[in-house]
Amino acid sequence: MANIPEKELMNSGHNACPGCGAAHAMRYMLKALGKNTTVNIPACCWAVIPGVYPSRNLDVPLLYTAFETTGVSSSGIRAALDAKGIDADINVVGFAGDGGTADIGIQALSGAVERGTDTIQVMYDNEAYMNTGIQRSGSTPQGAWTTTTPVGSEKAWKKQPKKDMMEIMESHNIPYAATVNIAYPDLFIEKFKKAAEIRGPKFIHIYAPCPTGWRAKPNKSIELGELAFKSRVFPLYEIEHGVYNVYKEPKEDEVIPVKEYLKPQGRFRHLPKEEVDMIQKNVDRYWKRLKKKEKFTKEELYQED
Amino acid sequence: MSEHKIVTGNYSSAYGARLARAEVVSAYPITPQTSVVEKIAEFVADGKMDTEYVKVESEHSAMAGCIAASTAGARTYTATSAHGLALMHEMLMWAARARLPIVMTNVNRAMGPPWSVWADHLDTIAQKGTGWLQFFCENNQEVLDSILMAYKICEDEDIMLPGMIVEDAFILSHTREPVEIYDQEKVDEFLPSYDPDVKLDIENPAGFGSLVMPDWYMDFAKKLEEAMEGAKGKIKEVNKEFEETFGRDPGGLIEEYKTDGVDVLVITMGSISGTSKDVIDELRDEGHNIGLARLRTLRPFPKEEIRELTKNVNVVGILDRSYSFGAAGDAAREIKEALYGHNSPIVKNYIVGLGGRDLTPEILKKIFLDTLELQDKELDQEVEWVDLRIDRKKWRG
Repeated sequence: MANIPEKELMNSGHNACPGCGAAHAMRYMLKALGKNTTVNIPACCWAVIPGVYPSRNLDVPLLYTAFETTGVSSSGIRAALDAKGIDADINVVGFAGDGGTADIGIQALSGAVERGTDTIQVMYDNEAYMNTGIQRSGSTPQGAWTTTTPVGSEKAWKKQPKKDMMEIMESHNIPYAATVNIAYPDLFIEKFKKAAEIRGPKFIHIYAPCPTGWRAKPNKSIELGELAFKSRVFPLYEIEHGVYNVYKEPKEDEVIPVKEYLKPQGRFRHLPKEEVDMIQKNVDRYWKRLKKKEKFTKEELYQED
Repeated sequence: MSEHKIVTGNYSSAYGARLARAEVVSAYPITPQTSVVEKIAEFVADGKMDTEYVKVESEHSAMAGCIAASTAGARTYTATSAHGLALMHEMLMWAARARLPIVMTNVNRAMGPPWSVWADHLDTIAQKGTGWLQFFCENNQEVLDSILMAYKICEDEDIMLPGMIVEDAFILSHTREPVEIYDQEKVDEFLPSYDPDVKLDIENPAGFGSLVMPDWYMDFAKKLEEAMEGAKGKIKEVNKEFEETFGRDPGGLIEEYKTDGVDVLVITMGSISGTSKDVIDELRDEGHNIGLARLRTLRPFPKEEIRELTKNVNVVGILDRSYSFGAAGDAAREIKEALYGHNSPIVKNYIVGLGGRDLTPEILKKIFLDTLELQDKELDQEVEWVDLRIDRKKWRG
């Protein structure tokens, strides 16, 4: 933990719920990037967390913008900085939730990445529309209860798996994409610092537990992050110019079954054993595929280059 | 030295953005606006325009990109049309409420379905309440002039609102006319560079657009309306300065054409005004006491000027190239509202040229003669749709 900068750019007085993973996410990100950073935020929890006018708890310039515009807002800010010849090394960050990234914001994100905008696009993933009250998003995991996937008598929990934003970004030939987890702040900060050193579009997928929406205890958010890591539900990896690198993985004897990750979360309480088994199978398959992609891209694919 | 070129309204828009030294252009192509964005791309590719050109993936993003760039302190420009403008709707409100002096060309085009790419004002008129200044242009020179004027008006610290330059599809956008492309130095003198005090700035971090409680929101809205009201005086002031600098009067809020002491007044908007003026001349030569007023700014709406113009007029004929379903043409509705409690001439609204339907001098003459007749007979209908297929005989016979 010695590498975590002491300087705080997120001050006290935020409006986040107790145990909010997204609050940790912003704090660590700004520690990593420092004051030479602009942040644009669409409709999401973080549109409310900085405070209500005239209060603001972030010491960086902040542009609030419409739900579906995070990617292009970064393009616009970068274009203005370039036009004005401001040569200070400024990080232009788009900071959106999973809905603002994977659903309504995916078009503007895709455009910004395709255009090669020099920006860090962040998805802080609390796995549903939490600011509006826990409605399912494309990033809600399979099996989860939300207010729009209520269980009811018809077992109407979410049946579809989570949209894989890392692969979508990789398909754009993005120079750098990484997953980070608020339970591992040193690695979280390291990856943001690495992203800041790379020119062009970068994408960071943050695992950000939401105790309110996940029906979990607010004092268990960090533990949930650890369980997500150990169960391989949320693998920690990066993709640099097409090369996959699982930068931290649980040791064989550390690995826990997915059900231990699901258990502390009320949103999965209704799941029958068969469904839990299916989720376990999907997690295993994803992990296996990820490790193969790592091996293939590291050892075979680009060897002759 | 200034030079005269024979250019389309769209090229005139592109030259306007170039002369205004727009620093960021964020745009998406749509018929019939495409040659604006193509020409700007060509200027940039040839090193004739120093701008960051963000080639976005939708009109919604075009406006969002302008908003972000403008908040970061850049002079921004974009152009769109019809469905593109409608897609921007959310961000048009955002731009105005964020008090950003973005300037945009909208090439007026009909909304589908059925698909139509031809002139119709409904796209622009549907956005009249968003907080944008709207300048309806009569010709290609005015398109260029209005862009230069709009930046100067919109960037004024007392105004800080976005401005929309409106040119009719094909009739202006694709028709070549002689346009004076002014000397860059002269434009620079008229329109200095944009450098707002308040912007996204890492040395002076601020938040733009945060959540406000009901005890603030309404007051911000009133500030916007005060700026819109103030824009009336500012438009007149800048119009005068423009005329002094470039020797041309773009028309202020409302252009008066032979209105002194007339009994009958017709009110038009956009490209039909030129032809209409010729018809007015013809009718005056025939002894009719008729004049024309061209409504140039729908926003801010020049209600005082309308009242003044109609003080001693018996009949007003208002031509709308759009229709607000369930009511009437919007120009007519707003003009009538301005008249209430002041003057009470007979008012008739003519719905004309929707979806690019041609308005010939012959049809315009029939309309104006109909207006003249209302001096001596009862108003037959408040709103009349002109030259529908079922009554071609009446209008083309």
